Amino acid sequence: MSILRDLFLTFAQIGLFTFGGGYAMIAMIENKCVKQKNWISHDDMMNVTVIAESTPGPIAINCATFVGFKQAGFLGSLVATLGIVFPSFVIIFVISMFLDYFLEITWISNAFHGIKIAVGILILDASLTMVKKMKRKILPFIIMTCSFVVMLLVNIFSWNISSICLMSIAAIVSLFIFVIMGAPE
Amino acid sequence: MIYLELILGFLRVGCFSFGGAYGAIPLIRDVVLSYGWLTDETMTYMIAVAESTPGPIMVNLATYVGSSQAGFWGAVLATLSVVLPSFFVILLVMIALKTLLKNKYAQAVLRGLKPCVIGIILATGVYMIINNCIPFASDASVNFQAVSITAILVVVLFGSKIIFKKKLSPIMLIIIAAYLGIVVYGI
Repeated sequence: MSILRDLFLTFAQIGLFTFGGGYAMIAMIENKCVKQKNWISHDDMMNVTVIAESTPGPIAINCATFVGFKQAGFLGSLVATLGIVFPSFVIIFVISMFLDYFLEITWISNAFHGIKIAVGILILDASLTMVKKMKRKILPFIIMTCSFVVMLLVNIFSWNISSICLMSIAAIVSLFIFVIMGAPE
Repeated sequence: MIYLELILGFLRVGCFSFGGAYGAIPLIRDVVLSYGWLTDETMTYMIAVAESTPGPIMVNLATYVGSSQAGFWGAVLATLSVVLPSFFVILLVMIALKTLLKNKYAQAVLRGLKPCVIGIILATGVYMIINNCIPFASDASVNFQAVSITAILVVVLFGSKIIFKKKLSPIMLIIIAAYLGIVVYGI
């Protein structure tokens, strides 16, 4: 029983004190679960990070589920996952009740006009970092450029093509090329 | 039935959002705008709020959208739906998927998915910046206040990277942007 409580409280703490999304959380989880609690090894942590990156969903959730399962099976994974989600759920729920009211105040709405611009720049910055980390090969760059151009046009002209559709095409093209030409190197 | 729509919409987000929080943002915009849950404007504000509050951005956005559309239970359902797919995927991985992910065909699919996701995120960022400076929806004339704030923020962000060799945290940039907004739009 106490391991479940420990899992919930530890992951709630991680959820409460990490700003800035997934990658910030991985550092925090590593610190808590590997160094302090000895719940999993560093190698396991690296493995789950890779798996988290190649599977869908929030990376922090993937990590919490993994650690919880290792410690206490299905129930453990459930408790750890709920723990990491709980703090932000409460905070955002409270904010959601007051946001519209706040936006009616002139200076706050002005502040949000400024913030809106920062969000675009942050997304651009994050994606540029990802581009830099990409393997220097032709095919990924072609796929990236195509999806960039199509998605930009979709946004500007409000075409009815979803990003899921684009991703499916990219997956099929890549699979097709692999079947015909074999693996790159 | 709004509850069912929330569940389906956010299950979709949970299933298809590769590449962390920023990978999810274009997808969430897609889903949220197509159901007409939020305006593009509110959506952008909420991304900023999700950035500046603790927790995974995806989860924060799901909670907000759910709550704004259908109150407490909407928030609960949307949050659970966005979390559920990755929860089960990891359980599967622990059991069987580890070998599947090493499968060469699965690898080929992932090789295609990753650059595509990066392209989509890039396009979303570029579109948001352009749309702030030259709003397509209204008369498509240049908004000089937005252009000046954009210029200052870009200089601050990349300047801090060059001078201090350290990236400004997203929260700092959002705080600076808020001040700029109050000053520039206040005059």
